[in-house]
Amino acid sequence: MTSILELPVDEYMLPGNRSCAGCGLGIGLRYILKALEGKCVMTVPASCLTVLGGMYPVSSVSVPWINSVFPGTAAMASGVAAGLKALKKEDITVLAMAGDGGTYDIGIQALSGAAERNANFLFICYDNEAYMNTGTQRSGATPKGVKTTTTPIIGKMHSPKDMGQIMEAHRIPYVATTCVSYPTDLYDKVKKAREIYGLRYIHLCVPCPSGWQYDPQNTVTIGQLAVETGAVVLYEIENGVFRLTGRSRRLAKDGKLKPLTEYLSAQKRFGNISSDTLEELQEYINKRWEEFISKDKTLFE
Amino acid sequence: MTVLNNEKTISIYNNSSNPKAYPPGKHVLTGNQSAAIGAFLCGVQVIAAYPITPQSPVVEELSKFVEDGELSAEFVPVESEHSAMGVCIGASIAGARVFTATSANGLAYMCEQLHWASGSRLPIVMGCVNRAMAAPWSVLNDQQDSMSQRDAGWIQLFCRDNQEIIDTVIQAYRIAEKVYLPVMVCYDGYILSHTVMPLEVPDENKVKKFLPPYIPHTPIDINNPVNINPVTLGEPRYNANGVLCHGYMEHKYLHHKALRDSLNIIEEVDSEYKDTFGRSAGGLFSLYKTDDAEVVIVCAGSLSKMNILVVDMLREQNIPIGLVSLRSYRPFPNQKLSAALKNKKLILTIDKSLSYGYQGPICIDVKSCLFEAGISSIVISFIAGLGGRDIKPYEIAETAYDYWNKFLNNELNSENIYESQWINCKY
Repeated sequence: MTSILELPVDEYMLPGNRSCAGCGLGIGLRYILKALEGKCVMTVPASCLTVLGGMYPVSSVSVPWINSVFPGTAAMASGVAAGLKALKKEDITVLAMAGDGGTYDIGIQALSGAAERNANFLFICYDNEAYMNTGTQRSGATPKGVKTTTTPIIGKMHSPKDMGQIMEAHRIPYVATTCVSYPTDLYDKVKKAREIYGLRYIHLCVPCPSGWQYDPQNTVTIGQLAVETGAVVLYEIENGVFRLTGRSRRLAKDGKLKPLTEYLSAQKRFGNISSDTLEELQEYINKRWEEFISKDKTLFE
Repeated sequence: MTVLNNEKTISIYNNSSNPKAYPPGKHVLTGNQSAAIGAFLCGVQVIAAYPITPQSPVVEELSKFVEDGELSAEFVPVESEHSAMGVCIGASIAGARVFTATSANGLAYMCEQLHWASGSRLPIVMGCVNRAMAAPWSVLNDQQDSMSQRDAGWIQLFCRDNQEIIDTVIQAYRIAEKVYLPVMVCYDGYILSHTVMPLEVPDENKVKKFLPPYIPHTPIDINNPVNINPVTLGEPRYNANGVLCHGYMEHKYLHHKALRDSLNIIEEVDSEYKDTFGRSAGGLFSLYKTDDAEVVIVCAGSLSKMNILVVDMLREQNIPIGLVSLRSYRPFPNQKLSAALKNKKLILTIDKSLSYGYQGPICIDVKSCLFEAGISSIVISFIAGLGGRDIKPYEIAETAYDYWNKFLNNELNSENIYESQWINCKY
């Protein structure tokens, strides 16, 4: 595992971008581009990332960046990859990066098709658990019980999809989850994914101060709490072999999860969650944690 | 246009000859085969398509070329038309020559991508095998699909026969890559797509000379990174070097200007094609016996071919009739068309589509261009052949005969001038 001191010093994000104060996405993108050494071409749908990238004629990153229609991130990436292959320019990584709405909801068809074809690109879903760019409407990734602008009073009534499992079921060569609060875990996974041929899927937890309603200075802490309570679990599946990684691996080996309330109470979006829903969420997380531990055959080798 | 003549750029053509089964010369082929062979001869590098009737045989033929190694291209079997156009957009930005084809609901499903392709100024060529729009379901021919995408910022060319399909596909790349706009090659489902006709397959070596390599306007370069199609405000803004750059509206003006300028390019390319291959594919529009005509039929697609017969039949009856076959629907050749229709007393437009709530789209545009030119001919909108309803030459001939006599007898009243007339509608 790369240590924080070993991360490359080269920066591919330029000074100044249009993201909100404390935005987790800015942190994430910075390490992703370091891991790719800027040798990538991005495809980006309408999302927070579009805003972060800047308005014409200025840009906040120094890599080629192609904007896409909302549902079409994976299709465009597929096309760029096919075009580069036809022109024998395959030394550039194609990086598709969409939010949870652009992945779970409107973008899932194109992504599923590309995964079935094992199209040669890296897809990173930056998951801030709602449509943050349009003002915090609920998405297929929003946790149960969360208040959003379209679940304003009683909170979301449905559980989110498990996108990691959906992508795992496509039997693509690499699936991983990570979180911006653990930059070296993110860096290592992108670096590994970069070397793999075919469709690689990385799920990136991106805390969002405005949508999750916490103080912008706490983004890293919130992401850490997500992992330490098991709300987000760091793992990777390489050619079908599942292993927990980073903080989640250490917790599984010799620790235990913190109670979920520590994570939820740090954010106002869970403000009026009922005790029943809280119990249900905690039970789900416990059950899923046990499943992950038993799924990881490498844990106690 | 910049043409790089070194070996490196020429080598993007990986194919050295025509498809084995289709050497240069006479063949009897369907419209779909013609489109596929046209794309092959242009050395397409990425093909992405989703099956839909009656387009499917185009991509079946192309995938056969790719699988047996005759065509060195990436074939991307996408999960939808929306993604087909998405792949074409991505690959075209990457610098590859791309091809796709679709019909009806597939075209409609692409709608936002069509705007994205033209707004990105990408020279994508797409076969649109014209088919009726559902609901209710119909797989048969009319032109509602491409007409409904009239305002998507594409060049739309209509073919009259299978020879024009292969010739128009080849010309389409030349036009598209010159003006950086996508081109929709429209041809009637079944009537052309599934009907065999004798035609000449061009020699690939000649096509190569006619069609220089594709040079993208904004190449992907990690040493010179560009953010393509970011959010663009209405007003111009300064870049980091203090240069004032276009706002959204200036980009749209340039897009529109390129479409208008392509009127000349479409004609030039067709005339150059004629010099190289010995035949025209119809320029902006073609005329048949219009010189001394007083009544003129205006239509697009395979119907134009059939209407040559109709004109001949009516000429035998001493009706002073002529025919205008529209090839370029967008851009609309308003100036040249109104000049061609000057002094014509009665104009009968026949649309295989409808702007619901008004009249046929061709009729609306013809009337508009005549008004601009101060021509006050009577124009009547006929709707025919929707959802595969057969159109027989005698039906058109009888209609034209009937309306010419009504005109002579001053019987054209508001009822048949202001409302579209439906040919062979049994309601």
